[in-house]
Amino acid sequence: MHEIAGADFILAIGTNTTETHPVLSLQVRKAVKEGAKLVVADPRRIELADIAETHIQHKSGSDLALLNAMANVIIEEGLWNREFVEQRTEDFEALSQAVKDCTPEWAAETTGVSAETIRETARAYAGAEKASILYTMGITQHICGTDNVLAIANLALLTGQIGRENTGVNPLRGQNNVQGACDMGALPNVYPGYQAVNNPDMQQKFEKAWGVELSPKAGLVVGEMMDAAYAGTLKGLFVIGENPLMSDPDSNHVIQAMDKIDFLVVQDLFLTETAEKADVILPAASFAEKNGTFTNTERRVQRVRKAVEPIGDSKPDWEILVMLSNAMGYPMQYGSPGDIMKEINAVTPQYGGITFERLEKQGLQWPCPDVDHPGTKFLHKDKFARGKGKFHAVSHVDPDEVPDEEYPYVLTTGRRLFHYHTGSMSRRAKGLAEAYPEEYLEVNPKDALKLEVETGGKVRVASRRGEIEIPIRVTERIQPGLVFASFHFRETWLNKLTNDARDPIAKIPEFKVSAVKIEKVV
Amino acid sequence: MSEVTITIDGQEVTVPAGTTVLQAARMAGIEIPTLCHDPELTSPGACRLCVVEIEGMRNLPASCVTTAGDGMVVNTISPDVMDARKTVIELLLANHPEDCLTCERTGQCRLQEYAYHYGVRGDVFHGDRTEFPIDDSNPFIVRDLNKCIRCGKCVRVCDEVQGRSIYSFAYRGFDSIPATAMDESLAESECVFCGSCVSVCPTGALTEKMMHGVGRSWELEKIKTTCPYCGVGCNFDLNVKDGKVVGVTSNAESEVNGRALCVKGRFGYNFIDHPDRLTKPLIKKDGEFQEATWEEAINLVAEKFTQIKQEHGGDALALFSSARCTNEENYLANKFCRAVLGTNNIDHCARL
Repeated sequence: MHEIAGADFILAIGTNTTETHPVLSLQVRKAVKEGAKLVVADPRRIELADIAETHIQHKSGSDLALLNAMANVIIEEGLWNREFVEQRTEDFEALSQAVKDCTPEWAAETTGVSAETIRETARAYAGAEKASILYTMGITQHICGTDNVLAIANLALLTGQIGRENTGVNPLRGQNNVQGACDMGALPNVYPGYQAVNNPDMQQKFEKAWGVELSPKAGLVVGEMMDAAYAGTLKGLFVIGENPLMSDPDSNHVIQAMDKIDFLVVQDLFLTETAEKADVILPAASFAEKNGTFTNTERRVQRVRKAVEPIGDSKPDWEILVMLSNAMGYPMQYGSPGDIMKEINAVTPQYGGITFERLEKQGLQWPCPDVDHPGTKFLHKDKFARGKGKFHAVSHVDPDEVPDEEYPYVLTTGRRLFHYHTGSMSRRAKGLAEAYPEEYLEVNPKDALKLEVETGGKVRVASRRGEIEIPIRVTERIQPGLVFASFHFRETWLNKLTNDARDPIAKIPEFKVSAVKIEKVV
Repeated sequence: MSEVTITIDGQEVTVPAGTTVLQAARMAGIEIPTLCHDPELTSPGACRLCVVEIEGMRNLPASCVTTAGDGMVVNTISPDVMDARKTVIELLLANHPEDCLTCERTGQCRLQEYAYHYGVRGDVFHGDRTEFPIDDSNPFIVRDLNKCIRCGKCVRVCDEVQGRSIYSFAYRGFDSIPATAMDESLAESECVFCGSCVSVCPTGALTEKMMHGVGRSWELEKIKTTCPYCGVGCNFDLNVKDGKVVGVTSNAESEVNGRALCVKGRFGYNFIDHPDRLTKPLIKKDGEFQEATWEEAINLVAEKFTQIKQEHGGDALALFSSARCTNEENYLANKFCRAVLGTNNIDHCARL
């Protein structure tokens, strides 16, 4: 993370770091202060754009056109790193062909950004000594999210801006332990350490470690579970520390799906919107009431330490899981999270050397295969995980839903500085709730004029899936035709509007583009 | 890198060229008092508390802005040095409300600590006193400029670390204060309440509002942990008294963030013991939740899941794990889902 401050060029695309990763944004500010060139690409004029040399305010859902046009410039103008491409990559031809017609002039129309700006950005990125790309869900929450990421990777491979200090392709993870949850196999297709469930060797390894037969069939992702519940094939659901009713797209569909589930168990700190639907609620302990580890966005595993006893009869999630497992006839015996970590060490190569004893002194960045390994600061130094870096030919597609006469506006969603996810924690934190008590919709002055609504006035926003009422804030930070709000607030239940169309590979829903209509509430 | 050797209080110290006398002394384990100095910030040499005597120099230089020169002979505790420091503290106390009895910073106030150490009382100089209204216009930070000693750390940390420059010095001489733009309250300013200024303030001028009255610094146990909000992974100290989390303070040893935090990390903790917390297992009967024992709840869940598994197969079950839970818990959730429920239907909110 501190590496960001050492870059001399930063492209921050689809990431609102000052609000979503405030402390990381300090590193970006530091880099700028020390002379780095910052380019912010975001359909909203986010705060970081204020300190950027260039703000590319492209249309929501046009990232791929922008990125491919940058690749086009880098190839056409001979700015690519021949040595790096020859030695460390493959399939350059495929990319070269794919972006041949993606000229900046072509992209200008799709993105709404001038060809000259695209050219300058591409040149600056390729010409920088140490260029870093930061991205988050502005890139991934599209039906072409995977391709967007591949297009970013293409740029890094083309220019060799990867595998060295202060460079790279840096996705910033949104939640405290989203990295760790992925690492630990809270995913339908992989065991801990990204070992595929459909790989017979891995299946055998875990069957041996756990002493049971395991299924080689990859499971369902969240959205697919909802579809299965709706279809009636998913009968029982166990939700731990999640609130899909508010966090998942097309909430009305999620609510209907939840209603069809025969038996719903929710384990949480609070009676969330999802918990209200449960048949059984198990009270869980908060982070302050238990021991364990979180893994941050830079793969750094750090200690969580118990400061107080669990409130009431609540228990840490791990204890509840142990009780439940024992009750279902599969014995689990762990005295502490440290014991669980020992088992993680044994079956997860990347975590092989990450022990509580070592973490007592300092965090460790995986891969850390054994107890003598110091951890790994940055990846892809001499080779990529798959050997050679592969270029992928990817091309622009329109969002699943584009504005039309009936639904003329584009709604894009995100987060606010003072709140977190569905607000179950932050809205109960006294100061935060007081400082930011309600949500509003960002609307461009031109649109506000058309709608005849001023800041503070209420509008009804409707999509093909649902509707909400929400006050507006008129701001130049948003472009005409685009509106923005966060999904933290139940009173303005934003995900009733969003589209559950998903990227076919990563299965990430397209939260960033939904077509909506807006009218003044009188 | 070239090195220089200097003598401090009779002790020879070899340090890299460019090291200040203050740093050299600290490297040698010799403590010099400071108020305006901070190792992470630029040094204005403003408070003059760190003065030392250096052979061959006419007056007493501030050690934080004096570069160690080869062969320098430094005395940090000469009578002149001690006198000068006392005078500095006496002057500061001449315009400082001595309400240590109720001041939130008591016990960790640098001014209080030095006044005690140097045996200084506040009744030496008598002159004007500034009177400012207390700014508690926001939920997070109480700003009492009557206790401000103009060290300028808040100005520098906001500019140099946070890059926001909410404060700068306004007015002149005796009237100068670290002010927001147009001298408005913090609530009216562009402040985002990261609280960095609170974490560096040496006195009670800037304090955490929600920590007022909850306990004296020496009563608080500090437990270092990792923030439960975003993925940056900041560390901080949970401040605990009588089994209750009463505050969050920076821990300078944090690898990722040092003392920097954001408003959520520093001030977003009191969901922990919010009255809405679920404290008992609940079972829904006839549409109403009823309290249950752990045994009842666990047995019911085990029975129902087993029944569904037997009747419809493991794939009729699914588990949402959590990006808020620990690694150990996610590991167990993954094991429970695959080995016990018998399905790979496990996911979490990574995509949201």
